[in-house]
Amino acid sequence: MIDLALVLDNLPLYLRGTWTTLWLTFASLALGLVLAVPLGLARTSRNPLINGPVWAYTYFFRGTPLLVQLFMIYYGAAQFVWVRESVFWPLLSQAWFCALLAFTLNTAAYTAEIVRGAVQATPRGEIEAARALGMSRALVLRRIVLPSAFRRALPAYGNEMVFMLHGSAVASTVTIVDLTGAARIVNSRYYSPYEAFLTAAVFYLVLTFLIVGLVKLLERRWYAHLRPRPG
Amino acid sequence: MGEAAIAALEVEDIHKSFGALAVLKGISLTARQGDVIALLGASGSGKSTFLRCINLLELPDAGRIRVTGEEIRLVAKRGGGLVPADRRQVERARTRLGMVFQQFNLWSHMTVLENVIEAPIHVLGLPRREAVERAHALLAKVGIRDKRDHYPAQLSGGQQQRAAIARALAMEPAVLLFDEPTSALDPELVGEVLKVMRDLALEGRTMLVVTHEVGFAAEVASEVLFLHEGRIEEQGPPQQVLGGPRSDRLRRFLAGHTERARGLGRA
Repeated sequence: MIDLALVLDNLPLYLRGTWTTLWLTFASLALGLVLAVPLGLARTSRNPLINGPVWAYTYFFRGTPLLVQLFMIYYGAAQFVWVRESVFWPLLSQAWFCALLAFTLNTAAYTAEIVRGAVQATPRGEIEAARALGMSRALVLRRIVLPSAFRRALPAYGNEMVFMLHGSAVASTVTIVDLTGAARIVNSRYYSPYEAFLTAAVFYLVLTFLIVGLVKLLERRWYAHLRPRPG
Repeated sequence: MGEAAIAALEVEDIHKSFGALAVLKGISLTARQGDVIALLGASGSGKSTFLRCINLLELPDAGRIRVTGEEIRLVAKRGGGLVPADRRQVERARTRLGMVFQQFNLWSHMTVLENVIEAPIHVLGLPRREAVERAHALLAKVGIRDKRDHYPAQLSGGQQQRAAIARALAMEPAVLLFDEPTSALDPELVGEVLKVMRDLALEGRTMLVVTHEVGFAAEVASEVLFLHEGRIEEQGPPQQVLGGPRSDRLRRFLAGHTERARGLGRA
């Protein structure tokens, strides 16, 4: 049977781990989203000088495991003297910063492609109508293309949020005590992997449902235009 | 109308090719204030492309366009064709050319009211209250005031097209361009849109209508242009063009559309 006392005794550790998981996940998601909108728009450009580099970036970060990306930044950066002597070293020598950087670059790559797909799926006629009414390109982008694209992107982005939450577990491999890190500590102390990791799983499950609920809420607000309406 | 009066729209010698295919081979047209000009022609005759060249949704290869007397400055592009010299000027000209599309092209994420007030607020800089008042009046005029908080997907095609007409009218344009406004509609919904357009013509609006509705052209238009393979084949008042077609092509075209024209085209 499950040793509940063991779980309860270590609840503060799990809660601290949950907090670390949460801020790492949402800080990466927020920073990643800010990066992803211009990057995704750049991906829709027909100019290869704008499109190409962003394509290479998203190709790399979507084509390699998050764990490898994190190791490359956390272990790899320290290998170079010029990195250790640079002004960024105080940050790059910190595990939390390396994790935040890897997660942000990773989610930004995935989200940029979501944005690209959603922007390219904007009905041509809706853009023409906006131009025909005298809207400038910037105005068409701001008022028509992006609001319409964000709605289309929401289901895919909801998945990306959940992937990022689950992916953030790799932070525990670089000394960070996130939710998984807390479970590893409990496991190593008591040799009860079942209690230790099942507890973490339950926490992840709750967080996942919170994210899914948040996306549902946004969908209800934003998808009014797709709901049938009587009368 | 005196000679000093400025034409609402003057288009001169428009040429347009898509690759090797010459779609427009020199089309000119003048719309004075209050004119209703119907453009007829078989599919592929270039009539929609011509309309889209007027507000530069397509860039013509050659030609001149004057909107309420102001010429849109076009400059030659390397490798042929024209591009606007000043994008701002094109945007200003477009506010004076209301366009109604075959596929309505309402913004699907906005309600009908939001569709109608969007450009007046963000392009013309109208205060929101004023834009809403104007929108209410226009939606009442096209008969869908009660649908103002609905989204486009919740409306029938005829209602969507009437909303799109209200959206174009909200800019108070000098000329209305209709690009086959009833071609995407179920037959039983065509009438309600034509009625709105007829009312607009009676108000004295200047309109260019690309259409297959010969009956509508006969009844409402002040001038009819028949396009064939990128050229104007026949041109004149509807009684003359539709009542006594000179070319075999127009006769055949009209014969194919007699069903709709019967009883209306013999004024």
